[in-house]
Amino acid sequence: MSITIENISKRFGGFTALDDVSLDIPEGKLTALLGPSGSGKTTLLRIIAGLESSDAGRILFGGDDVSDLHVRDRNIGFVFQHYALFKHLTVAQNIAFGLESLPRKQRPSKTEIRERVNKLLEMIQLPDLANRYPTQLSGGQKQRVALARAMATKPRILLLDEPFGALDAKVRKDLRRWLRALHDEFHFTSIFVTHDQEEALELSDQVVVMSHGQVEQVNEPATLYARPESRFVFDFLGHVNVLEGSLKNQKLTQGDAWVSLPSVQGDQEAQLYMRPHEVQLARSPSAHARLPLRIESVSLIGSEVRIELQPEGWHSTELWEIGMSHNEFAHQAPARGDLWYAVPDIGHLFTNGRNQPRTVDWHYPTSATAHP
Amino acid sequence: MSAPSQAAGAAPVRRFAGRSKRVLPGFGLSLGISLFFVSLVLLLPLTGLVMETAGMTWDQFWFTVTDPRVVESYKVTLWTALAASLFNGAFGLLLAWVLVRYDFPGKRLVDAVVDLPFALPTAVAGITLATLFATNGWYGQVLAKIGVEVAFTPLGIVVAMAFTSIPFVVRTVQPVLEELSPADEEAAVSLGASDLRVFRKVIFPSLWPAVVTGIALSFTRSLGEFGAIIFIAGNTPYVSEVTSLMIFVRLQEYDYAAASAIASLMLLVSLCLLFAINLWQGRYLRRLEGR
Amino acid sequence: MAAKHHRVGDQPWVRRTLVGLALGITLILLVIPLVVIFYQALSAGWSTFTSNVLDEYTLHAIGLTLFVALLTVPLNLVFGTALAWSVTRFRFPGRKLLTTLIDIPFAVSPVVAGLLYLLLYGRNGWVGSWLGQYDIQLMFSWPGIVMVTVFVTSPFVARELIPLMQQQGSEEEEAGVVLGASGWRVFRKITLPNIKWALIYGVILTNARAVGEFGAVSVVSGNIRGQTNTLPLHVELLYQDYNIVGAFASASLLAGIAILTLIAKAFVEWRQSRPEQPAPEKGGV
Repeated sequence: MSITIENISKRFGGFTALDDVSLDIPEGKLTALLGPSGSGKTTLLRIIAGLESSDAGRILFGGDDVSDLHVRDRNIGFVFQHYALFKHLTVAQNIAFGLESLPRKQRPSKTEIRERVNKLLEMIQLPDLANRYPTQLSGGQKQRVALARAMATKPRILLLDEPFGALDAKVRKDLRRWLRALHDEFHFTSIFVTHDQEEALELSDQVVVMSHGQVEQVNEPATLYARPESRFVFDFLGHVNVLEGSLKNQKLTQGDAWVSLPSVQGDQEAQLYMRPHEVQLARSPSAHARLPLRIESVSLIGSEVRIELQPEGWHSTELWEIGMSHNEFAHQAPARGDLWYAVPDIGHLFTNGRNQPRTVDWHYPTSATAHP
Repeated sequence: MSAPSQAAGAAPVRRFAGRSKRVLPGFGLSLGISLFFVSLVLLLPLTGLVMETAGMTWDQFWFTVTDPRVVESYKVTLWTALAASLFNGAFGLLLAWVLVRYDFPGKRLVDAVVDLPFALPTAVAGITLATLFATNGWYGQVLAKIGVEVAFTPLGIVVAMAFTSIPFVVRTVQPVLEELSPADEEAAVSLGASDLRVFRKVIFPSLWPAVVTGIALSFTRSLGEFGAIIFIAGNTPYVSEVTSLMIFVRLQEYDYAAASAIASLMLLVSLCLLFAINLWQGRYLRRLEGR
Repeated sequence: MAAKHHRVGDQPWVRRTLVGLALGITLILLVIPLVVIFYQALSAGWSTFTSNVLDEYTLHAIGLTLFVALLTVPLNLVFGTALAWSVTRFRFPGRKLLTTLIDIPFAVSPVVAGLLYLLLYGRNGWVGSWLGQYDIQLMFSWPGIVMVTVFVTSPFVARELIPLMQQQGSEEEEAGVVLGASGWRVFRKITLPNIKWALIYGVILTNARAVGEFGAVSVVSGNIRGQTNTLPLHVELLYQDYNIVGAFASASLLAGIAILTLIAKAFVEWRQSRPEQPAPEKGGV
């Protein structure tokens, strides 16, 4: 069941939570709504569910307008951030609740319900906990029960509100993998809300980045990460190294630093954004860039060595962060206080006034592309 | 607008008039019952009082509420209520402190018995206190030896008022004390501050709004107290008559107008105090379980 | 070894003084009065006590009091629950006002409360005189007593429920609605179990206050022995007649109810605070 969101707006008093948002959620895919708090992602999820009403716009499930439909009748599954398990019912009773709430005509028999509950318990790998109460479960177990409860009535759409937000890191990782496996088996149309970029990029088929009630970008994770289309998305999806300066004669200059930008015209203020993996460290400046930096700290834990550097003779609002393989680190031995030079492979140029960047690729300088 | 696809035999779909719908059920029913009840039980009776006082001229009204005997009752009521509330402020704080911070034999009992004035009928409290503090009562005898008379004096009123509103301060201060983080105190003590200083700087700032609320609640309740007072007070006009008794006296004289005039004054004061306490609590305290 | 002194007032001498003082004043002000009630009631012997309690006017007062409570408590139970539900689960203009209004019976003197009803429903009140045309008299008989008691005890259930329901939040109920449950099903299966103990305590408290109301009932009852005297009024009557032992005999019944109320409260609090089941298990996500 695909979902279409058409021109949804929502205000709470003076605060605009959603500003004319339109989206298409493909059927059978796992979509992430990603953004900082206040971006409107939870509000949008709740409007899709029917737990909030929008001020304007429509929601369609598979082409049918459900905007006026009460949440009870939308046949969706909803998993709350804090599980919202019924404290006074056992795990089995929790899971069976939706089935037992069906009107008599549609309600399966008691044995059928029990069977379905047992099957679900097996699916969430908690077959022995049927008669426990929610207070006796760990966080991860509670979340799985919440999921089973939501799926019991075979909803056409599954909505999850920061499902792993209240769990510790290890449990979160395990549950993420488990949720993805579940999705691959059953192919629900699922939407989950998160503020954790790693989670969104790892789990979903499609990521919707939101900020201040608007959609910033919609893409598959790989594309989103490789080609962010705005400053916000850049900033949000992990560390960025920024050179701010004046663009003149195909060169971006600030203080002692400069980068040459062949085939980029213009005479204005501009910013060059580079991801840690899009820059390399060298002992001397290259032909197309001179970016002197002094090493502040070296972090050895992780799959690669993370080096933080302070600009020398020019400035940036944040420290620069560049990665180096452990192998290379062993050979080059960069140390605190050393002066090194950053050599960009790929950069994303923002000129003032424009929100979309141009990608500049120094390996293929003549084909510097601008984003469509 | 097409109807959503339904499985065969599905229940009819509920629609809404317009977009403002409530997710949770029962809004109409619960609000309806509440408004009906509030209007019938709380608001409607006020109209009777309004009409009765509206039937008086301003002069008549003024004459009634400034009658010397009545004015004396204001004074008596006010100062005894204040004395009782201040006493409860101190005693209530002591009790709350002891109940929250220390363990001792009988603690559970003390915690339970604090609510006694709340559960005990005021008339029962009244005759009990009167019996205890009468000159031949257990307490009265002891006090007579040091020349203190409680029964049939305003002091008796203070005792009765204090008794009936003990729970207010205790139950308002207890939750606040329980929430104090030990870490702040321990830090201050480990830095060498004296107990008194830590109390003043760390504990009291969090505590005093609750104490003031408790005292205010105690005061409001004491102003209107009737049953516990009339047995021990002696009810001597100009000496130990409280205003609630004045209203009662006027009623017995069938002077409904005078009773209403005085009552409307009391009502006004009570409502103002209630309003002030609510504002204060809204500002300084979360809405706690109140009594 | 020096005693560990971490928090204010930890020193043994401070502790002992404060606890001693607290215990002492509690004894004097709360415990002994309770004891005196039973002491006086039994001071003329057990048989006098029984004959006092079984006296016809006493029995009638007991009956009337229980009858009033029987009517008052269910009414306020329904009202309190409805009010708590509307105020904690929805937002609407005037919500704060409604929550404040419910405190009115709290702040108002019982005599004033009685007067309000007397003025409205008495022979000269605008409702009373209209009813008088149909020969219906509410004041100075049991309906007036019930109405006034309902007024005085109306806040209790709501005041117990509102903070609790606010703190619990409505997520569980939302979850129930999403799963397709009807309104009553949500209330019965989800809300009610969560508020059970607060509700029970609210009922117990309402009952205690309904049984013990004095000031308001004095005003509207007419004090007709054997007809419109509740137990507290009966106590007053006996006391004014200098029948001290008799007064305390009836008073002891009321004190007994008070003690039961305190026990019930302790029980409810114990039930609410105890960890229901053992801590969540480790191992296994």
